[in-house]
Amino acid sequence: MIDQLVVDLSRLQFAATALYHFLFVPLTLGLSFMMAIMESTYVMSGREIWRKMTLFWGTLFGINFAMGVATGIVMEFQFGMNWSYYSHYVGDVFGAPLAIEGLMAFFLEATFIGLFFFGWNRLSKVGHLAVTWLVALGANFSALWILIANGWMQYPVGAVFNPDTMRMEITDFMAVVFNPVAQAKFVHTVSAGYVVGAVFVFGISALFALQGKHLELAKRSMVVAASFGLASALSVVVLGDESGYVATEHQKMKIAAIEAMYETEPAPAGLSLVAFPLGNGETFEIKVPWVLGIITTRSFDTELPGIEDLIEHADERIREGIGAYTALATLQDNPEDTEARQTIVESWDTLGYALLLKRYRDDIENATDAEIAMAAQDTVPDVWPLFWTFRLMVGIGFFFIAFFAFAFWKASRGTLLTHKWFLGTAVAVLPLPWLAAEAGWVIAEYGRQPWAIEGVLPTFYAASSLTVTDLVLSLTFYVTLYTVLAIIMVILMVKAIKAGPKDYAALLSGEPEVTEAEDARGARTVPAE
Amino acid sequence: MDYIPIDYESLRLIWWALLGVLLIGFAIMGGMDLGIGTLLPAVARTDEERRVLINLMGPTWEGNQVWLILGGGAIFAAFPPLYAVSFSGFYLAMIVILLALILRPVGFKFRGKIADDRWRAVWDWALFIGGFVPALIFGVAMGNVLQGAPFDLDRTLRPSYQGSFLGLLGPFALVAGLVSVSMVVTLGASVIAKRTSGEIAERAARYGQWSGLAAIVLFALAGLWVAFGLEGYAITSQVATDAGSNPLAKAVTRQTGAWLVNYGVHPWTIAAPVLGFAGMALAVAGLRTGRDIVAILSSAVGIFGIVSTAGLSMFPFLLPSSHNPDASLTVWDASSSHLTLFVMLVATAFFMPIIIAYTSWVYKVMSGPVSGDSVSKNPNAY
Ligand code: HDD
Ligand code: HEM
Ligand code: HEM
Repeated sequence: MIDQLVVDLSRLQFAATALYHFLFVPLTLGLSFMMAIMESTYVMSGREIWRKMTLFWGTLFGINFAMGVATGIVMEFQFGMNWSYYSHYVGDVFGAPLAIEGLMAFFLEATFIGLFFFGWNRLSKVGHLAVTWLVALGANFSALWILIANGWMQYPVGAVFNPDTMRMEITDFMAVVFNPVAQAKFVHTVSAGYVVGAVFVFGISALFALQGKHLELAKRSMVVAASFGLASALSVVVLGDESGYVATEHQKMKIAAIEAMYETEPAPAGLSLVAFPLGNGETFEIKVPWVLGIITTRSFDTELPGIEDLIEHADERIREGIGAYTALATLQDNPEDTEARQTIVESWDTLGYALLLKRYRDDIENATDAEIAMAAQDTVPDVWPLFWTFRLMVGIGFFFIAFFAFAFWKASRGTLLTHKWFLGTAVAVLPLPWLAAEAGWVIAEYGRQPWAIEGVLPTFYAASSLTVTDLVLSLTFYVTLYTVLAIIMVILMVKAIKAGPKDYAALLSGEPEVTEAEDARGARTVPAE
Repeated sequence: MDYIPIDYESLRLIWWALLGVLLIGFAIMGGMDLGIGTLLPAVARTDEERRVLINLMGPTWEGNQVWLILGGGAIFAAFPPLYAVSFSGFYLAMIVILLALILRPVGFKFRGKIADDRWRAVWDWALFIGGFVPALIFGVAMGNVLQGAPFDLDRTLRPSYQGSFLGLLGPFALVAGLVSVSMVVTLGASVIAKRTSGEIAERAARYGQWSGLAAIVLFALAGLWVAFGLEGYAITSQVATDAGSNPLAKAVTRQTGAWLVNYGVHPWTIAAPVLGFAGMALAVAGLRTGRDIVAILSSAVGIFGIVSTAGLSMFPFLLPSSHNPDASLTVWDASSSHLTLFVMLVATAFFMPIIIAYTSWVYKVMSGPVSGDSVSKNPNAY
């Protein structure tokens, strides 16, 4: 039997490392584009201030990027380390987009990032601009391919189970690439990244404005951030809606849980604003009629199934799955058994449901009704965390539309700096887009439980045969190291923001500049950055 | 897609070779930086000297590291059982490597941001660890792969593992680890010698000669060990080279000297160890006589030879199992499906030339000597 503690620790570790990684990813996605926009303006207008902006935001970008790479390396190897059965079972499908990500995106991003920092003196203006755009492009390609991989976990298309190799194998690569879930996820997630970038630039510029520092830079940055932010915030919400729409077709359980919807509701379903469990299965809730139905099904007359119905459906699938599992055992003893092979061809897609029983016994062909009922119950993710994180994310989404709409309006009339309260708000809301993005992943991934691959491979069955000691060691190590590094990163960012933009024109032309810190420490041979 | 223009057996062979290309790509491109990182405390004595070395790697180290990341991704895509078994089997060793690799990006970026000696000393150590530890452990891992890893597969092909972390540090594996360190240090030293001047360049050239000699001696020692002391593996049953990937469908025995059989069957493969020795020897000669470009090229050739030697000796094995030899992973039974291998080959054939083109361009733009003066003139320098 599989050690449940190892599974839980592995999940905790994956969640921790992935959520850490995604603290840095969205800023990379958003800021790289904004730097490219700023540098384009510099090249077109020839005005030094735009280069100064590119370099200033670039310094912050670089600090964040280093953490993105540091935490990303772990992600790449983690599937094999902690999810070895997963890697065996779906590597044929899942490995491909991951490898293409390396070929198409990481090389691009990582090769040109060096030139972005070191190439100012060695490239023409247009040449350097091209480099900046390539970095932004690389980051976005990277998001595309990883989300194709992740989209496949939510909606595993284009692959079938092969009983001879005991794993899923690709039958239609194009179906994997053009997976509608992946496409919707991509647009929603990169837009979320752009919102993060826009809020970051806007908030820090607002801080400068409040302090009366670097006004030239702050004003212009705020204009860029306001327009970029408004477009992205709209896109996140409109396409977040798309993401919900896609989920209903394939992940009905997730939507039902997000909505705490135990019974099937007649169409169109309402969206609960708040709900509290009152014990004994009853809930108190306030509903906005119809909204859920429209977000998720795009229509007024499609019925959304409730959790209870879905459990019943799972129960049936598990019973069918036991048939497929028994046939698989028969086939392993006698590979020539055509009847067993036929059963698997017809019903392999229920095999995953049978595997849910592995939590309760090894010989699942002998499962009792009670065990089947428990396994069916397991297909329900935890309702309350999903319900609330979803509302958190959506609330923040609507807030930022209003926020950037106001900012855009004021910026276009040139009166942004006169609203001190708004500038203060802009600084105060800095953490919110990160919160929304993390919440989004919790919904997407926690809502997928108990599946690692929806309907195909249960999460607990996917873990490696490690020991609790292994995991305690690695988890402690990641959490400690990441936390220390993240604290250092924040300190360095604050320091860079306090120092403000430097006189890059002088520096780039070779006049060594002595920073304040060094002045205080006395003369040194090498001027520091 | 119904029709796949290349047959399964050939695709498996091509992917085995491509995996070799990627790992050698990392051993050379990434190895250069690991080598320089290892040399950091020995070669650079002052802050200015250390900054020169760090900024020598600065613009290109990230791209170089992607060879490793892509290597990981390619193993996942092309040989999923290998990815599953090796990374979970070597779990704690992987954690140590990751620790070292995590320190690199932040080391580069954070070090220069505060002008304080203690702060910088911390990151100098981080960068040394980030160079030395991966170089050592990758070699140790290779040594363990040659010896076979104590894993097993059950009927559902779920891997399980009997080894311990300390078990990985056997004497043969340590020799392999030291081969790995000394070969990348030789390359790193040659690059320093070429692109810097004065004392650092001289020190690097001196260390490089010693490490080149060490690489030759250790590589010879490992070779003798493989020939006379180490049990290799051999397939004793029929293998269907185009059947679905199931490692349990064959029989395997262990015998001393089995890793030398390929050299008898295909004599051309002797070129690999020959290049390994010749490359390192020429690198030493190049460093002695101040022909730094010769030293760079020939140490790269040496690395190519050494890594290929390991791969060719084991063919068709990828990861033998010492616990249940029949469950060993080979090129023929641990690959992806026919279609996946083909799709990945198309993707690689398309992107690899583009990657090589822009990487070369970036190296060209960033070429030229690095000195304390040039570093201090760049506000973005590390
Ligand atoms: C939506 C975007 C997104 C998501 C969901 C992920 N990543 Fe990521 N990743 C990026 C977007 C990104 C990026 C924006 O491209 C990063 C962040 C900072 C950076 O350097 O590049 C990056 C860096 C990065 C690196 C370092 C690349 C380098 O050296 O340049 C690796 C190896 C990974 N990631 C791997 C993963 C894996 C295996 C993931 C899933 C489990 C994952 N990432 C989720
Ligand atoms: C960086 C963005 C991501 C974040 C923040 C994230 C978040 C999470 C979280 C919170 C969990 C834990 C769920 C639970 O166990 O209750 C999880 C699980 C998991 N996620 Fe993601 N995820 C991200 C991207 C991905 C991607 C892109 C993939 C695949 C390519 C992926 C694969 C998995 C797997 C295999 C698990 C298994 C562990 C589990 O389900 O418990 N994740 N993720
Ligand atoms: C009205 C606003 C929003 C709606 C309706 C919405 C909807 C959704 C839904 C339904 C999911 C789950 C998709 C799945 O099950 O796989 C999701 C995921 C996610 N959301 Fe949102 N969202 C909104 C706003 C935001 C905001 C403001 C951010 C961040 C700035 C954000 C970031 C994310 C992320 C990173 C994910 C995980 C990736 C994914 O599954 O696409 N969302 N969103």
